[in-house]
Amino acid sequence: MKLIIAIIQPDRLEAVKQELYKQEVFLITVNEVLGHGRQMGVAEVYRGTKEMGNLLRKIRLEIAVNEDFVEKTITAIVKGAQTGESGDGKIFVIDLVECVRIRTEERGHIAIG
Amino acid sequence: MKRFIAVLMLLSFIAVPAVMYAQAQTQPADARQQQAVQASDARQAPSKSDSGDTAWMIVATALVMLMTPGLAFFYGGMVGRKNVLGILMQCFTILCLISVQWVLYGYSLSFAPGKGFWGGLEWIGLAGVGAAPYPDYAPTISHQLFMVFQMMFAVITPALIVGAFAERMKFSAFVLFTLLWATFVYDPVCHWVWGVGGWLKDLGALDFAGGTVIHINAGIAALMTAIFIGKRKGVSNHTILPHNLPFTILGTALLWFGWFGFNAGSSLGANDVAVNAFIVTNTAAAAAGLSWAVIDWIFNKKPTMLGMATGAVGGLVAITPAAGFVSPVSAIIIGLCVSVFCYFAVSFIKPRLGYDDALDVFGVHCIGGIWGAVATGLFASKAVNPAGADGLFFGNPKQLLVQIIAVAVTVVYSFVASFIIYKVIDIVIKVRVQEKDEVIGLDLTQHHEKAYTVLE
Amino acid sequence: MKKLAVLVVALLFVCLAVAVFAQEGQEIAAKTSLSPNVRPAVTIDTGDTAWVLFATALVMLMTPGLAFFYGGMVGRKNVLGVLMQCFIILCIISIQWVLFGYSLSFGPARGFWGGLQWAGLAGVGTTPYPDYAPTIPHQLFMAFQMMFAIITPALIIGAFAERMKFAAFVIFTILWATFVYDPVCRWVWGAGGWLKEMGVIDFAGGIVVHINAGIAALMTAIFIGKRNGGSKAILPHNLPFTILGTGLLWFGWFGFNAGSSLGANGLAVNAFVVTNTAGAAAGLTWACLDRIFNEKPTVLGTVTGAVGGLAAITPAAGYVGPFSAIIIGIVVSLLCYTAVSVLKPRLGYDDALDVFGVHCIGGIWGTMAAGLFASKAINPDGPNGLFFGNPKQFYVQLLAAAVTLAYSFIASFIIYKAIDLCIGVRVGEKEEIIGLDLTQHHEKAYTVLE
Repeated sequence: MKLIIAIIQPDRLEAVKQELYKQEVFLITVNEVLGHGRQMGVAEVYRGTKEMGNLLRKIRLEIAVNEDFVEKTITAIVKGAQTGESGDGKIFVIDLVECVRIRTEERGHIAIG
Repeated sequence: MKRFIAVLMLLSFIAVPAVMYAQAQTQPADARQQQAVQASDARQAPSKSDSGDTAWMIVATALVMLMTPGLAFFYGGMVGRKNVLGILMQCFTILCLISVQWVLYGYSLSFAPGKGFWGGLEWIGLAGVGAAPYPDYAPTISHQLFMVFQMMFAVITPALIVGAFAERMKFSAFVLFTLLWATFVYDPVCHWVWGVGGWLKDLGALDFAGGTVIHINAGIAALMTAIFIGKRKGVSNHTILPHNLPFTILGTALLWFGWFGFNAGSSLGANDVAVNAFIVTNTAAAAAGLSWAVIDWIFNKKPTMLGMATGAVGGLVAITPAAGFVSPVSAIIIGLCVSVFCYFAVSFIKPRLGYDDALDVFGVHCIGGIWGAVATGLFASKAVNPAGADGLFFGNPKQLLVQIIAVAVTVVYSFVASFIIYKVIDIVIKVRVQEKDEVIGLDLTQHHEKAYTVLE
Repeated sequence: MKKLAVLVVALLFVCLAVAVFAQEGQEIAAKTSLSPNVRPAVTIDTGDTAWVLFATALVMLMTPGLAFFYGGMVGRKNVLGVLMQCFIILCIISIQWVLFGYSLSFGPARGFWGGLQWAGLAGVGTTPYPDYAPTIPHQLFMAFQMMFAIITPALIIGAFAERMKFAAFVIFTILWATFVYDPVCRWVWGAGGWLKEMGVIDFAGGIVVHINAGIAALMTAIFIGKRNGGSKAILPHNLPFTILGTGLLWFGWFGFNAGSSLGANGLAVNAFVVTNTAGAAAGLTWACLDRIFNEKPTVLGTVTGAVGGLAAITPAAGYVGPFSAIIIGIVVSLLCYTAVSVLKPRLGYDDALDVFGVHCIGGIWGTMAAGLFASKAINPDGPNGLFFGNPKQFYVQLLAAAVTLAYSFIASFIIYKAIDLCIGVRVGEKEEIIGLDLTQHHEKAYTVLE
């Protein structure tokens, strides 16, 4: 079992979702987060005081999958989120120790799907 | 100690009406006599309430009342999200506090005829302020309507100061400061400029709707508090960003809307002076908003919404003292110039001098007010308002001098008196919140509430 | 290049102001010497003046109201863009109107425009001008009309929301106000305007304001193209703002319609009553339609319906009774609902906030309804409509609507194309993705942390 965490651009969310659906990945959690990458933000101005916009709005996806879905999911996210510009984001894959479905108390592989 | 002071204040508030009530019981005959005397005075200069004038003034009063909540949103949108209720609460407290203060004794101190520091105490508790017009102030509307119109001015003035010490003042200290400031600064200055027997009025100073009394007065007190309360925590490292700019725009809209009552209402009737004031108000605000947008465009590459809203408010401030005396085309010039001055005050002078006037009360209201008062001395024209005076550009340099004297007196008096009040409070109960409370935010520490929920 | 353009525009404004200021000295002298002779002829009524003063303030409040109505419906990265556009219109047209707009629209010369005789408000004093309003100062009539000139271009911004370049927008607004609003206003309302002479009735601006802005909106929506993200609806980021805006619009509309009687009289009261009635009837109808077709009544639908009702009653407010207002309100929601949910998706233009569907359709129906339901029993100075035995009125209304539709579409198109050729109207794709707030104004509306 793996936990896939992806940080993507907000406007790519819809495309990523569509790609994930095509791969039959439906169980995702989405967060709005602020992030700092190599890409610079737009300078903001408030009454003449300049403020470098260094934290940018990003979307953070969390997807728990079984091993056979890992590559499919990664491909789908890349396909949906890639524009070739800096700031497209990152995908992290982490080992998942346990998963429990609260309704039935099922554990492990069955609980994810 | 704190509780003691609070109780004392409450008691004094209760005691005053009680005394007044007792007086009212014994006085009705006197009061009626007074009214009869007034009425006979009135008959000489035929004065009867005019229904049109009264209708307009009732609406104008309501419009000015709306400005204080408008100001609350204007300021509230600009602070951090942990301090927005603090601002709203301060504005609403002022609305409640001064409304009562004005009825009890504020109106009498400000407007009762007299040549002294204050107007006097003869109208305390509105004794003798009845439905009959008081021709020295407004011959065609009831005296009480004039009183309540002026009340809204007394309410918004201390509310303007709130922006300077935003995000770091203790609420109890703020309440005390407001009450004392209204009594010892607003009421006397108001009397000098507008009251019968006021010495600046007798000198010939023109202040149509409160450039001196309101904006310079509040603006300089704001500068004083900003200097002595010190910077907000962390402000030297980074800008504290507005947490909800649309609220600020909503506030600007309500202010602009209410300002029609403020300026056009100050003619105290639905007449040609009111119409002129209405038009120049709108024109000056528009010119100033545009002017700030252009300045932003040149210096910061893009016009900003906050900048334009700030400019518009600056324009409204600047036209306030001049509204009844200048023509629409002069208003364009006044508006175009005010944004230039305020922009430099806010973006160049403030960072250089290093005081933390959080929401630029000094930069916008005081600078705008001073320019407006001076502009009145430049652009005023008897062709617009025969009851006014000619300014420098219409051949009367003396007017400019009088305007500058009035400005200087207000600046000095307000600064010194506000400072004394501030220091006294600081010694007794401390003005600034503790550092920990400031970090958590005023909403939670001063009011035990938060403005927004994060979940649900 | 851009800076230069900005500077030139700014300088132009200043020069005009100074020139006018120089003139004014003489004008004022002339005015004061004249006034004693003129004054006795017409008198200012304090009650009428009081009401129109307040009505003017109310109509001013509609533009910020509209800003919030629109602002709540766009994405959170574009809300300041919409607010800024509304506010800068408030600033620009306020000045334009004083300098030359009022003269072009209402000036005494006959022709395409009203001429420049009243430029810089020369000769527009406090003495009433009986052709327009005999009991209030002429300047007050000017200020009241100013607020109409402000809100009309502000209506259009809903169509090109979230994707127009700010500089292009500013130029479009100035040109549109001068070459579209001012002439149409003159034809319908100005003394000697040709549509007015023909007998068209437009109480508070169904033709001049709503049809005029609505068709220009359709034109811009078609030619600027769809928003990035295609057909997928962009969800309103803050519906309570939209409801707040509707509240302010409804409140302000009392000034818009009841103020258009230019006095505190029976006609004003009638306009007030029918305004409220039509707004309510239309809101209810839309809620019912939502309930029928989408299972639940939606708040966005209800407020859209209410605004449609207010737009529809605008041309008719001074001529129809409350019962007709209910019918007008019900029918307008049926028409607007069809335009927004059936017509728009079929035709595929991206009128982002449905300016055409609500204001233009609502305005056309209102203009026709005025020709149907107008009654001399309500307003003896007005005509009867078709249902009261005067079919001619209905044809005149149709003709005026058609003329405005055609003229406004074509003239707006020419202005639009000219600007597109010079500086480009649409923002770059990347800027659109980041949002107008950051790219056009270097600000953001909300902080996420703190």
